[in-house]
Amino acid sequence: MNESTAVLAQAGQPNPLMPHLPETIVGLISFAILYFVVHKYVVPRFEKIYKERSERIEGGIARAEEAQAEAQRTLEQYKSQLAEARAEAARIRDDARAEGQQIVEEMRTQAQAESDRIISQGQAQLAAQRSQIIAELRSDLGRQAVDLAGRVVGESLEDEARRRGTVDRFLDELEATSAPAAESTKS
Amino acid sequence: MSTRVLAAGGGEFQPPGTNSVIYPPFVAGITKPMVLLVLSIIIIGVFFWLALRKPSLVPGKTQFAAESTYDFVRNTIGRDMISGKDLRPYLPLLVTVFTFVLVNNVYGFVPFLQLPTMSNPGIPYGIALVVWLVYNAAGMSRHGAFGYLKHQTSPPGVPVGIKPLVIPLEFLSNILVRPLTLSLRLFANMFAGHLVLLVFIMGGEYLLLHGGVLGMVAGPVALVLSIVLMFFELLIQFLQAYIFTMLTANYIGGALEEEH
Repeated sequence: MNESTAVLAQAGQPNPLMPHLPETIVGLISFAILYFVVHKYVVPRFEKIYKERSERIEGGIARAEEAQAEAQRTLEQYKSQLAEARAEAARIRDDARAEGQQIVEEMRTQAQAESDRIISQGQAQLAAQRSQIIAELRSDLGRQAVDLAGRVVGESLEDEARRRGTVDRFLDELEATSAPAAESTKS
Repeated sequence: MSTRVLAAGGGEFQPPGTNSVIYPPFVAGITKPMVLLVLSIIIIGVFFWLALRKPSLVPGKTQFAAESTYDFVRNTIGRDMISGKDLRPYLPLLVTVFTFVLVNNVYGFVPFLQLPTMSNPGIPYGIALVVWLVYNAAGMSRHGAFGYLKHQTSPPGVPVGIKPLVIPLEFLSNILVRPLTLSLRLFANMFAGHLVLLVFIMGGEYLLLHGGVLGMVAGPVALVLSIVLMFFELLIQFLQAYIFTMLTANYIGGALEEEH
């Protein structure tokens, strides 16, 4: 025992630094129990909450990034689709133009052919009619001429029309004489 | 001297002494500090139980309070003192030390209890002993017994000539004295605070009752001041819990830290 303790003891005061052992033991046991509870229960729970929370935040960020990437991808897709559609439209337009040109060309050639055909047909028809008319006229004219001549002569030359060779010859001669004249007028 | 002055006005004033933190057992050797100790772990346990009963990512009021406490120990004290992943194994100890010391200190402020359990030296001794064992064991398992002693007693960069002087000093301060300073700091603060409050309250009462005309004025002033001091003590009670935990973390962190 040192001096101060002795003084205190004299004054009826215990040394404040001396522990009361049972209280120390109760303190240590309480501390141990509390430590056990905190170790088993409190800290793991809190750490779990912290982990979940940070995961939630990180997850949120990841999800946002994913959504952004998705949006970007969609945008790219739309853009490419749009470009494709534009190209397609242009191609279709070109095609249509070419086709239209072709159709016009075809139509034109067809029409040309048709008109050619019509013209040639008409010409042929005309020629046929002309030769028919000529033939008719010739026979008619012969008959009339014979008729007229018969009347003029006063007798029926009809029988002699069998000698049509005469008339024909005459007409041929007539043609022969008129043809050069017609040619000269033509030129 | 003041006692003598007062004594002239009435009966002898007995200033509160060291016996004021020592309570006779109620029954079967159970004392007031023992009851308070048990009560403290119940309070802390129930507090955390209420907070963590239904833990949610968005904390409610109680969970927020518990989380703030936990967060304070984990991030404000622990992170600073113990690096990185070494912290996790010692977190339960730090949380226990902080809440245990805090609640037992704040008893000094609670009406009817009015006794910081830590003003009874036995309890800080016990906790300091635990802390001492933990940080030395942590250091030895990290660096080996000899490596740990070298780590704690021989700071790098000391010239060889001074080593015979430095090593015993470091051994003394880092190994031997630490548990004493740790426990005595806490005990003395709580003890002194308790005594100061007792002096103001008992002295004020005595002045009021036996101090005559002067005492009628001085007594109420002392009593009002005792209330102010009570709040000041509340600050100290919190501060001591913080310091105790911080030093615990500091010792563990220092024992674990790698050589520079």
